[in-house]
Amino acid sequence: MKRSTGERVFDAVNIIFLIFVIAVSLYPMLYILNSSVSDPDRLIRSQSFMLLPEGFQLKAYQYVFQNPKIYTGYMNTLFYVVAGTALNLLMTSLAAYTLSRKDLLGRKFLMKLITFTMFFGGGMIPTFLLVNNLGLVNTPWAMIVPTAINTFYFLIMKTSFEALPMEMIESAKMDGATDFTILFRIVLPLSKSILAVMLLYYAVDHWNDFVTPLLYLRDQSLYPIQIILRDILIGSSTESMGAGVDTGYAIGENIKYATIIISTLPIMLVYPFIQKYFVQGALIGAVKQ
Amino acid sequence: MAQPQRQLVQRPEIQQGKMSFLKKELIRNKYVYIMLIPVVLYYLIFAYGPMYGLLMAFQKTYSPIKGILSGEWVGLDNFKMFFNSYYFERLISNTLILSLYSILLGFPAPIILALLLHEVRKKWFKRTVQTVSYLPHFISVVVVVGMLKTFSSLDGGLFNVVRGLFDLQPIMFLAEKDMFRPMYILSNIWQGAGWSSIIFLAALSGVDPQLYEAAKIDGAGRWKQLLHITLPGIMPTIVIMFILRMGAIMNADFQKILLMQTAPTYETSDVISTFIYRTGILEGNYTYSTAIGLFNGIINFSLLLLANALSKKVNQTSLW
Repeated sequence: MKRSTGERVFDAVNIIFLIFVIAVSLYPMLYILNSSVSDPDRLIRSQSFMLLPEGFQLKAYQYVFQNPKIYTGYMNTLFYVVAGTALNLLMTSLAAYTLSRKDLLGRKFLMKLITFTMFFGGGMIPTFLLVNNLGLVNTPWAMIVPTAINTFYFLIMKTSFEALPMEMIESAKMDGATDFTILFRIVLPLSKSILAVMLLYYAVDHWNDFVTPLLYLRDQSLYPIQIILRDILIGSSTESMGAGVDTGYAIGENIKYATIIISTLPIMLVYPFIQKYFVQGALIGAVKQ
Repeated sequence: MAQPQRQLVQRPEIQQGKMSFLKKELIRNKYVYIMLIPVVLYYLIFAYGPMYGLLMAFQKTYSPIKGILSGEWVGLDNFKMFFNSYYFERLISNTLILSLYSILLGFPAPIILALLLHEVRKKWFKRTVQTVSYLPHFISVVVVVGMLKTFSSLDGGLFNVVRGLFDLQPIMFLAEKDMFRPMYILSNIWQGAGWSSIIFLAALSGVDPQLYEAAKIDGAGRWKQLLHITLPGIMPTIVIMFILRMGAIMNADFQKILLMQTAPTYETSDVISTFIYRTGILEGNYTYSTAIGLFNGIINFSLLLLANALSKKVNQTSLW
């Protein structure tokens, strides 16, 4: 295929622009990484773009790892992610399986009730009071029960279940299998990739959840990492980092950068390998629409 | 009088027929209905429960002990109080301006990115750009705002380093009311454009390649192809995404704004949801803040319906 000069120019400009997109996406992380290991005194006075670290130290990371709040926060988050995602998967599977059954009585009505909640809801205050009245406030349950089903994810899963061959379910029924057996022994094993998608989506949501603990948790010992991060990064209190450790002002900025790296690195490292599943989920969601 | 009587006689029969069908179905598929119970309970409690709580909006005060129905009914007083409040105009205009700018700048960004990516011939390059541009999506709001905060640091923060290049004095970006909107919108684009482009890329790959072949034979260049094939091809997706966006027009991103805002920026940064949080959760004024929330929700829902109806009329695309 011969290309005209205009097309060549367009292609070149396009590629340069997209390289710029890559740079813009990555640069903040690079800047933060380099700042976190820079020499504290030079970091504060520096007027550089941090394409390379200014000096080198890893003390900031030492402080971050020694901070008991960060440790507790990480552990709490881990619990909320595991327990929350498990409940999410169970509930979403139950919803997706039952409501993908075309023979379910009242299916249309239920679907209308459920879809409506995507566009209208009680809002922050009535939800807060409800969770409070149920006695969930300031318990770990508040982190996992009120968000047990994400309606959008449920629709994605339901669409995927509907694509499974019905005959299989019918014949399993003929053989006397109960619906529990059908769901857990046939449908779910056949839906591993959609399960992976759901698992990742829910897990990331729990990991990043900031509003739920802000509204429902009062006890410091229950705080997930995001609340701790807020205190360190945005609460502008480097002394809150201290917690008995003599940090000094100078390294405070490094500690912030190091905290960002520590809290973001896990997903950054894992992400390229599981990207496929995320994109798959986004696509099924799009097809649905 | 004869007719109603006949109906009265018939009804038990019909009901009996229905009942036995219902019974049979419930027994035959009992496990499906057992599985459905937790799901229905979840939606009743956690989605419809709060909607019932909206009744508070029409009451004077809320008592956690007496419950919702025992409160003193005051009609639309809470709404009137909000409409007449000093904050009303500021909250509405801040929310709308932030949303409109976000739509104006933020909505086309992923579409443009997708169109440009679509033009790339080298597969590996396209995939690299995609992978990298999706990354920021996974950074938590807290960390993104934390980044903004450290970048605005007076002691060698990135933003002030850039200002230094132009011989400008360093400023506290997060405390400047004129900086709030640009920082909010640009960081949203940075974080979301790549990820949102996925849907448009999927739509692009669904455009029939034969159309392009035909256009090439007719001598259409790439620009013409873009205008007459590509854009019409992904228009339904664009419209649907736009309708959904319209339904959230009064929902500025609560988490992010709450994290970003500082008292000096309230003039531009205070939006309905952050106001609800402060008056409801922090000050405990439950009925008043519920009324504001209901007002907000109704506007959102109406805008969604309006956008949906318009698009149904104009180009036969709709949500339902």
